[in-house]
Amino acid sequence: MKFTIAWLKEHLDTDASLEEIAETLTVIGLEVEEIVDPAEAFKAYTVAEVVAAEKHPDADKLQVCTVNTGTETLQVVCGAPNARAGMKGVFAPVGTYVPGIDVTLTKAKIRGVESFGMLCSERELELSDEHHGIIELPEDAEVGSPAADALGLTDAMIDIAITPNRPDCLAVSGIARDLAAAGLGTFKDKPVEPVKGDFKNPQPIALKFDADSADACPVFAGRVVKGVKNGPSPDWLQARLKAIGLRPINALVDITNYISFDRARPLHVYDADKLTGTISARLGKVSEKFEALDGKTYEVDPEATVIADDEKVLGFGGIMGGEETGCTDETTNVFIESAYFDPIRTAKTGRRFNIVSDARYRFERGVDPQFVVPGLELATQMILDLCGGEASEIEVAGEAPEGRPAFGFDPARVKRLSGLDISNKEIEVTLEKLGFELAGSAPDLQVTPPSWRPDIHGPADLVEEIVRLVGVDKVAPTPMPRASGVAKPVLTDKQIRQRLARRVLASRGLVEAVTWSFIPEAHARLFGGGAPALKLDNPISTEMSDMRPSLLPGLVTAAQRNKDRGFSDGGLFELGQAYSGAKPEDQYLAASGVRFGNVSLEGLGRDWQGNAPKADVFAAKADLAAMLQSFGLDPSSMMVVAEAPDWFHPGRSGSFKLGPKVTLGVFGALHPETLRALGAEGPMAGFELYLDALPKQKKKGSGRSALGASDLQAVRRDFAFLVDISVPAGDLIKAARSADKALIAQVGLFDVFTGKGVPEGKKSLAIEVTLQPMEKTLTDKEIDAVAEKIVASVVKATGGELRG
Amino acid sequence: MRVSALGKKGRVSGLMKSLGEMPPEERKSFGQAVNALKDEIGAALQEKHEALSRAALSEKLAAEREDVTLPVRLGPLAQGRIHPVSQVIDEITEIFGDMGFAIAEGPDIETDFNNFTALNIPPEHPARQDHDTFYFSPDENGERAVLRTHTSPVQIRTMLAEEPPLRIIAPGRVYRSDSDQTHTPMFHQVEGLVIDEETHLGHLKWVLEEFCKAFFEVDSVKMRFRASHFPFTEPSMEVDIGYAKVGDEIRIGEGDQWLEILGCGMVHPNVLRNVNIDPERYQGFAFGVGIDRLAMLKYGMPDLRAFFSADLRWLKHYGFSALNVPTLAGGLSS
Repeated sequence: MKFTIAWLKEHLDTDASLEEIAETLTVIGLEVEEIVDPAEAFKAYTVAEVVAAEKHPDADKLQVCTVNTGTETLQVVCGAPNARAGMKGVFAPVGTYVPGIDVTLTKAKIRGVESFGMLCSERELELSDEHHGIIELPEDAEVGSPAADALGLTDAMIDIAITPNRPDCLAVSGIARDLAAAGLGTFKDKPVEPVKGDFKNPQPIALKFDADSADACPVFAGRVVKGVKNGPSPDWLQARLKAIGLRPINALVDITNYISFDRARPLHVYDADKLTGTISARLGKVSEKFEALDGKTYEVDPEATVIADDEKVLGFGGIMGGEETGCTDETTNVFIESAYFDPIRTAKTGRRFNIVSDARYRFERGVDPQFVVPGLELATQMILDLCGGEASEIEVAGEAPEGRPAFGFDPARVKRLSGLDISNKEIEVTLEKLGFELAGSAPDLQVTPPSWRPDIHGPADLVEEIVRLVGVDKVAPTPMPRASGVAKPVLTDKQIRQRLARRVLASRGLVEAVTWSFIPEAHARLFGGGAPALKLDNPISTEMSDMRPSLLPGLVTAAQRNKDRGFSDGGLFELGQAYSGAKPEDQYLAASGVRFGNVSLEGLGRDWQGNAPKADVFAAKADLAAMLQSFGLDPSSMMVVAEAPDWFHPGRSGSFKLGPKVTLGVFGALHPETLRALGAEGPMAGFELYLDALPKQKKKGSGRSALGASDLQAVRRDFAFLVDISVPAGDLIKAARSADKALIAQVGLFDVFTGKGVPEGKKSLAIEVTLQPMEKTLTDKEIDAVAEKIVASVVKATGGELRG
Repeated sequence: MRVSALGKKGRVSGLMKSLGEMPPEERKSFGQAVNALKDEIGAALQEKHEALSRAALSEKLAAEREDVTLPVRLGPLAQGRIHPVSQVIDEITEIFGDMGFAIAEGPDIETDFNNFTALNIPPEHPARQDHDTFYFSPDENGERAVLRTHTSPVQIRTMLAEEPPLRIIAPGRVYRSDSDQTHTPMFHQVEGLVIDEETHLGHLKWVLEEFCKAFFEVDSVKMRFRASHFPFTEPSMEVDIGYAKVGDEIRIGEGDQWLEILGCGMVHPNVLRNVNIDPERYQGFAFGVGIDRLAMLKYGMPDLRAFFSADLRWLKHYGFSALNVPTLAGGLSS
């Protein structure tokens, strides 16, 4: 919402400076976005007199002027044909930035003659496109005074952001009222004088709605002004509209635009001679169409409010009128429409047809329903003043929606909600300045909100008014004590695990990334996604169309981008939501990572102490296991199976499971086809941990079980078994461990071998078993007995044999 | 030598043997002298022995010289990084945790009710247009899910699930269909909510001031509270923080320029009614801050878009070590 200070002062009696006004607007919730102050913009420019002008010795089109700036006399080279002795112009001294030529002036030599500044044209000051000569100021302009004054550029423009709850501030008068209530002057309440009609309204009007759509336009008022003389509006009106960025059209249209911005009352003017029969407001009918003022033809629909005469649709009510019946310079009889259109229907229609207009903007936020007729009177008076003519009587169809009822308000609520200590008197005065009607007294004040404030519904709204106008800065910060008693944990178990997972992965050399939650459909499909329910209706691009079914596609493509940048080895991880459906329970938290190139915990790539191995299934498995371990779970006792989703290498991938149904995480080398489809170069290995699938943290006290350390010597024995190549090593370890649970403290696998000495189709697995006696040292006989049990257990479980 | 002196047939042993033949009055003093001699010879021999082994070891070690300038690998801690957004969330958690707030969470894909209607933004409210919402297709019941446009639906989830008094913050991803120099379609917010019987605007100001001081690690911050409008709070405010720009660096706590950092207000009575909390009895405040923005201000990243590009150069430069866990005791950004 733009306005100028001079315009504001028509509604506000104030001595406040531009800065004070701007500061106050921002603090009371009318945030200033831009100030254009010509006095400031043209500060460097002064009125100067050309004392003498002589031809430049070396250039036909240049003159060398002697210029009196009021403080000194300078030599200025000038190319303007109109520069002559005795004239007064706008002078820019050395050091001034001249916007029209985008140059900061320096002392220059022009064709060998020194020049100390510039006499400016309108184009150089960006005032207009005029560049035939330099600006000629009136003779009475005072030499040395600011050029802005002499040019009449004294009115600063302010642009403020209006929040959707304040349609009343889409009027200069509304802004003035708010400023007055904030203590920045006195609001000039200007009651509208009715204009007496000289004859009966000759243009029939009607509301044609069913009962269920009657609220679309409850009141429609109009009158005709005969014998007007349309044409360009007067300079002051044109200047005002231009200052806020509107293009003057003709007097009749300019008047409606002016009142729209002055009073937030949109109006429409029709050329009465182009109307046939009754003009009515009704819902549109299928296949009706009209050409709007924006030059486009719209096919209306039965949801839209239209204005129509007996033959045709004239326009969308409250949004945009039609080209055909609009007022032109030839218009002599004008019909003025002032109506109230329902905000919701106006918003929906505007959005459906994608029409943006000042009228829609105001109606969809809510205009003052009580100002329908006064707005019409105001427009009539302005038309009579500016265009002449004779006004008919006003005709009103329907009636304005009823005002909202009074509600009770205890002023003590201001303190309760804001902590602000303000007297009841001040509260009442502030509300009255805003136009509220008060009855009764505290604590049961009865408050009737003004008709122009559709945002006020109850006591909390009034507290907001008081707080913003008295000043949020007056609210004293009040310490908020922490609740007493035992501190509850700030984080849930799942949140604690997230934090652990993140730090564990980073401590294992992986770098945390945050990638988009939406990915290309093709990528989503590769990971089991792409379902219609997870497709955005309005994606920002096809690269961001589908919610990710896994974090891996985003990490793989990110890894590849980094490879393309020259990082041949490394790893990325991410914690975030992945989606199998749109319901909350179908959105799960995953911790995923991808390693690429040569990576190890020691470092990346080549090294004199030995190159890091290629990222493989075991690197991924180790990352997953490390997270599980950090949660207090024992990954070595968990079920690991050679099953994983399709996007992993079928033979180099697996899952950690908790029973047959619950998968805690998956890991493996990524499938070469998947990588190819993602445009990534392998090998890459990845993992995904499902944090929601993890067993709940067991609640236990802070005490630990007693330490069962034995002072007796542990015994280590090695065994090598020949087993079928398909036998999982995990089965063998489990069998060995279960041979004597009390005595066997640990089983480590230290060698996997195939090749020379091992028959085809077999492999050799070598384990180290640690026996930890607790009560007495083991005898050789006891050790041999356990060894036999181990061999028997392994042979039974794997079908293998002890290697001789 | 040792044998010739101290051996069984050695000379000192011979002297010891001659003791038996001596008269008792001489025997005592002679015995003492011989024993002293024995000790002296023993010590001299020991010393020589040690000197010889030292020399031998020195010779051996001299041959085992390594080039200690050869580089060693720094291990995984030198490689791994925590993303600045995660780090800042941990910092925020630390500060609010100390003030008695718990962390709440909610899903990214939200119902229209939680994201809008319950927050006093009915279907035709003009504020919906300001939200640049990402929508999903309507489901079988005609319900249209959205990507949450703010973390405020977590307020609704929390208030529906728990009874006041409540003190929560809810950090997380939010989405707006907006993409340009300073906007990304996905970013992070942290929501704050306090509901009890007496918390008012003054408490809100205090909490936000305490937060800003702790987060930016400065003794005082200048904050400007401006009246504003959000459908879910009333009164509503936007908050600016004072800063100075020194070169390319932004210094919080100095200077006289203003930067908008958050929106806040007292929870709207309609919102409380929507979650079955009696607004006559309970009241409280809510606020929402952009996490990425806070990170940029505190750590000086110039470009929001880089947060989500997963560029290892950026992550390594702006990321944090795994062991750099923010704590109040150790300094948030030690």
